[in-house]
Amino acid sequence: MIEVITAIPKPESALRAIWHQFRSHKGAVFGLVVLSLLIIAVVIGPYLWHPEKLTVVEALKSKNKGPSLRFPLGTDQLGRDMLQRMIAAGKVSLAVGFVAMMIAIIFGTLIGVLAGYYRRLDGPLMRLTDMFLALPLVPLLLVIMMLFRDRAASILGPELGAFTLIVFAIGITSWMQAARIVRGEVLALKEREYVLAARSIGSASRRIITRHILPNVVSPVMVAATLGIAEAIITESVLSFLGLGFPPDFPTWGRLLFDGLSYMQVYPERVIWPGLAISLTVLSVNYIGDGLRDALDPRIRGR
Amino acid sequence: MLTFTLRRLLLAIPTLLVISLVIFLLVDLAPGSPMSEIPLTVPPDVRRKMMEALGADQPVFVRYVLWLRQFFWVEPATLFDGWFGTNWAGGEQRILSWQSRAPVFTIIGQRIPQTLTVIGTAYLVGVMIALPIGIYSAYRQYSLFDQLGTLFAMIGFSVPTFFSGTLIIIIFAVTLGWFPTKYDTNLSVTDWPSFVKQLQQMAMPVMTLGLANAAVISRYMRSSMLDNMGMDYVRTARAKGLTERVVVLKHVLRNSMIPVVTVIALGIPSIFGGAIITENLFGVNGIGAALIGAIHASDLPMVQTLAFIFAVLIVSFNLIADVLYGLLDPRIRYD
Repeated sequence: MIEVITAIPKPESALRAIWHQFRSHKGAVFGLVVLSLLIIAVVIGPYLWHPEKLTVVEALKSKNKGPSLRFPLGTDQLGRDMLQRMIAAGKVSLAVGFVAMMIAIIFGTLIGVLAGYYRRLDGPLMRLTDMFLALPLVPLLLVIMMLFRDRAASILGPELGAFTLIVFAIGITSWMQAARIVRGEVLALKEREYVLAARSIGSASRRIITRHILPNVVSPVMVAATLGIAEAIITESVLSFLGLGFPPDFPTWGRLLFDGLSYMQVYPERVIWPGLAISLTVLSVNYIGDGLRDALDPRIRGR
Repeated sequence: MLTFTLRRLLLAIPTLLVISLVIFLLVDLAPGSPMSEIPLTVPPDVRRKMMEALGADQPVFVRYVLWLRQFFWVEPATLFDGWFGTNWAGGEQRILSWQSRAPVFTIIGQRIPQTLTVIGTAYLVGVMIALPIGIYSAYRQYSLFDQLGTLFAMIGFSVPTFFSGTLIIIIFAVTLGWFPTKYDTNLSVTDWPSFVKQLQQMAMPVMTLGLANAAVISRYMRSSMLDNMGMDYVRTARAKGLTERVVVLKHVLRNSMIPVVTVIALGIPSIFGGAIITENLFGVNGIGAALIGAIHASDLPMVQTLAFIFAVLIVSFNLIADVLYGLLDPRIRYD
């Protein structure tokens, strides 16, 4: 008997097991590598690549240039270096994706925990969620952008105003999935014995939620969060693409694509680069989400 | 089933009322509304006349109820009158667009055929591509075809339509020159050459949206088929000596279609709402383009009405999907 027990190897730590499973998903590893490269390029890119500032005459002379050693991606119709603009745009696009996702996840988790834990709040909060799911989101976002853009710009300045508005607008229209997932998990978790035990020793509801319930909903929330980044980046570029996103001198990938559209027939690469960047980011984020879902699911892990 | 449908219908009413209120208030109370943009140099009495002419001098809730009445009573009544020559509406004021001073529903009626022909075809094409791909990838799970299908779906999920659309324009219109870049709304199909022309100008938007839709639906089809392939009744069917063709295409496919049909129904509202980008990109003069135009022109009644129509579509197709699910699957009983 004893021999059998000692023969069982020491269990792997949970994190290592998750990483092991994640690594076996080829797409997820590809996604992680590509996304890391993009983030690195966007964060340290401005320090590595800072072309000298051109005077107006120089800029006029060097407009619409093709790729060269001086301008690796060419220049646009105002003589601005496309590589520099791509890097700056990527920073904004990725930042919008991450911040909007954070807002959506925090809000969604809050609603989900409240609805799942307190029976009285369940009905009203879930009706609210259903209502948000029935809203036509893209038209509504466009309307919000049209109506509040000037006000936000006058309060916070054109750049910060547009950023805050877009991030909040995307955040408050994409929390519903997270809320539904969290509510489902909480409903199941709160019937478990350890929660009963915690309650029987007199823990307050707030403590039970933060210590016993929240840590256990982390994994589904992580998956939802990853996929949320992709969604937010696409939504932002849709807004910019329809001319209702960031102001023209404040580039994002969607905005660059929109600007490039008028020159598409002569300089197609000006559309292709930002489009490729958006697609690659979203593709890699989706693959990471896929891999995470498999890795965090204990039923699949170890198979 | 009937009681369930009735209960859901009754529940949809308050949902729609709340949504309409949200849309109305959001648009009406926003700081950027055109009411606040009348220049200060306009004398007060002229300003008052302008507000009166637009009906904007009444309190918010009066306007909300009036708008609801117009939406749910005057407009359907006018439509009815138009069909049967009755006089239910009694010449009451309809919802007027601020841009053109024409009734909003007349404009929508002019735009809907464009949306339905182009975007509807794209959805149909998407479904027709997706189903065979999904079925075959599930039947040969982990085969080369399945892996290619997975890759195709992943790319279809990830490449936004505004980029795939531009790529398609660059490839097929700019480089190859097969199709016109812009959609010609005035083209009327009368004979064979004009029909060919119509097909040519529809090709690119249909391709763009069809691929995006196919990616999503083929995934659902595949996973639904996989769920059913391992069931006992499939083994029984094979044990009876039925051919693979009958087993897969009759027994498994019929059962797997149940969730897929509801997914397809749920996607229909996005034909109208989600196609804004495609319509904008290819210059299709449909309701998505009408919405963008109205937004850029601060045409509030048009924006409110269109947004609310999208919401009505979403709510009704959710309902239809639920009812369909119950009708198709006898195991599901709602009562």
